[in-house]
Amino acid sequence: MANASRPSPFPPQSGLARPRVKLTEQVWAPVLASPALLLIMLFALGPIVGTFWLAFHRHLPIFQVYEFIGLRNFSRLLTDERFWSACGTTFYFTVVSVALELLLGLIIALLLHGPLSGQHRSASTMQTDAGGRMREWRVKDWIGVVILLPWIVPTVVSARIWEWLYHPEYGLLNYFLVKVGLVQEPINWLGDPISALHGAILMDVWKATPFVAILLLAALRAIPQDLYLAARVDGAGPWATFRQVTLPLLLPVILIVLTFRTMDAFRVFDAVYVLTGGGPGNSTETLSIYAYKTLFQMLQFGYGSALACAMFGLISLVTAAYLLLLRRQLQA
Amino acid sequence: MRTDPAFRLGPGMQRVIRLGLLTALLLTVAAFCLGPVLWQAITSLKPNSALVRLPPVFPESPTLDHYRAVFTKSALGHDMLNSLIVAMTSTALAIGLGSLCAFTLARLPLPGKHLVLGLFLGISMFPPIATISSIYLLIRAFGLRDTLLALILIHTTYALPLAVWVLTSFFRQVPLELYWAARVDGCSPLRALISVILPPAVPGVAVAALLVFIYSWNEFMFALTLTATERARTAPVAIALFPGLHEVPWGDMAAATLVVTAPVILLALLFQRQIVAGLTAGSVKG
Repeated sequence: MANASRPSPFPPQSGLARPRVKLTEQVWAPVLASPALLLIMLFALGPIVGTFWLAFHRHLPIFQVYEFIGLRNFSRLLTDERFWSACGTTFYFTVVSVALELLLGLIIALLLHGPLSGQHRSASTMQTDAGGRMREWRVKDWIGVVILLPWIVPTVVSARIWEWLYHPEYGLLNYFLVKVGLVQEPINWLGDPISALHGAILMDVWKATPFVAILLLAALRAIPQDLYLAARVDGAGPWATFRQVTLPLLLPVILIVLTFRTMDAFRVFDAVYVLTGGGPGNSTETLSIYAYKTLFQMLQFGYGSALACAMFGLISLVTAAYLLLLRRQLQA
Repeated sequence: MRTDPAFRLGPGMQRVIRLGLLTALLLTVAAFCLGPVLWQAITSLKPNSALVRLPPVFPESPTLDHYRAVFTKSALGHDMLNSLIVAMTSTALAIGLGSLCAFTLARLPLPGKHLVLGLFLGISMFPPIATISSIYLLIRAFGLRDTLLALILIHTTYALPLAVWVLTSFFRQVPLELYWAARVDGCSPLRALISVILPPAVPGVAVAALLVFIYSWNEFMFALTLTATERARTAPVAIALFPGLHEVPWGDMAAATLVVTAPVILLALLFQRQIVAGLTAGSVKG
């Protein structure tokens, strides 16, 4: 997106850019780009169009049923309670987990950036001995790997890990909570609608917070040190510096991270599908899971596709809203 | 820290407190990130009898039985081989085709270039569920259901946007003069890409390859939908469908999840910097 403002990569009026050479480039360009574009057309763009097409049909593959029914799948959506409940679950899951991830990610990023990079230190301690600095570097590196771990673990694996932590009888979570005295007897975390949904949220927070922290940390490191120096000269305290210097400069990246995370949380599938299967009842059933079950368990390809289209529409709306915000932010 | 409090309590004490607080916070973060995975590792070493009582948190008599069971009683080894083939082939294809496309976007004249980049960005954002019904029907029509080739094609396609974005930004950093010098020397654009543009961009190619490999190794929804039997089943699907008659065999499961996670953990340890660079490439610089 931001690359849009780049000047054309073609050489300026240098002696090298002879017309004949340019002509060769014009022939090669589509040839080199076409294999990738072909795959995208065939397996990404085509299927999107195909899904919309299917949404206007009643298609039950096992019964060889395939008929055009116009908008009837979509009118069925409007009165489908399970769809609305899945919408609610998806929105709740997205809002709560993304908010927590952003907050925790910001705290972790500040924690890793500030004290370890030495910018909040007084001038005298900044010139610590080489040994001290070496040690700090090593701590930072280890923390980097540790933080990367939850993000890099396959989602399916993280679902299995948390399922075991939440186990009502032998789970570590209940063991700790009972031991500390927070609860009297073990809780069946995944057996109750409310706690199951929050259990899924906690798992997502565990998995995605590192991603947020890593991106925000990179953004923090890109802030010029002179700005902090100037703030200190002006007598600004840590909180004022954060409010007046750090936060405004971080805002564009925060918005980008929010966009990424919202898209990801909104389309959540593997994590919740493996952790709870959408249960108990349909209490943790997100839009992706409902659409998937409709497609591949009830084998209703028409209605399942309509559900997928509805979700696609919702996600596009949310993205558009974010992009508008982002554009306004960049213009300001 | 044997300092006379009358002298050093001020800044010295402050520093100790701050350092202590910082250490405690960092340890909390580390425990939150590592804890669940460590618990899985501890579980995988406990004999079955020890799994159903908790007071001893650490195993009293550690055993490798669960790892043995995973490789002898289940098809996990075979599924991991499938995963490896799919991930490596998809990575090679996505990087190969992605390089050609990224090079075009970075250095050659192509009408609607920004449209193409925008299209790739859009595709990396839309939910896989929105394409899965058509992809399933398409793959079935091609007769590719339950084959590794189907997964390779799909994983390559959905990794391409990521690969092209990362590669384009790296190719743009290679000076244009190098390219034109090669062209004047009589290289074709393709030859110039291979001998002049690619070598300095190798770090970027490595970043893209790592991200594509991890994506393919972890991908679940397409792998679940397009495979039916052990023939093409990948490791994440095997973990999700882990056999258990009445109760999940937690010890075996823990061993299996760790075995499946081991390759990506290894990559994280070896290439932490590159992975972080890839994650941040699009959002911070762009």
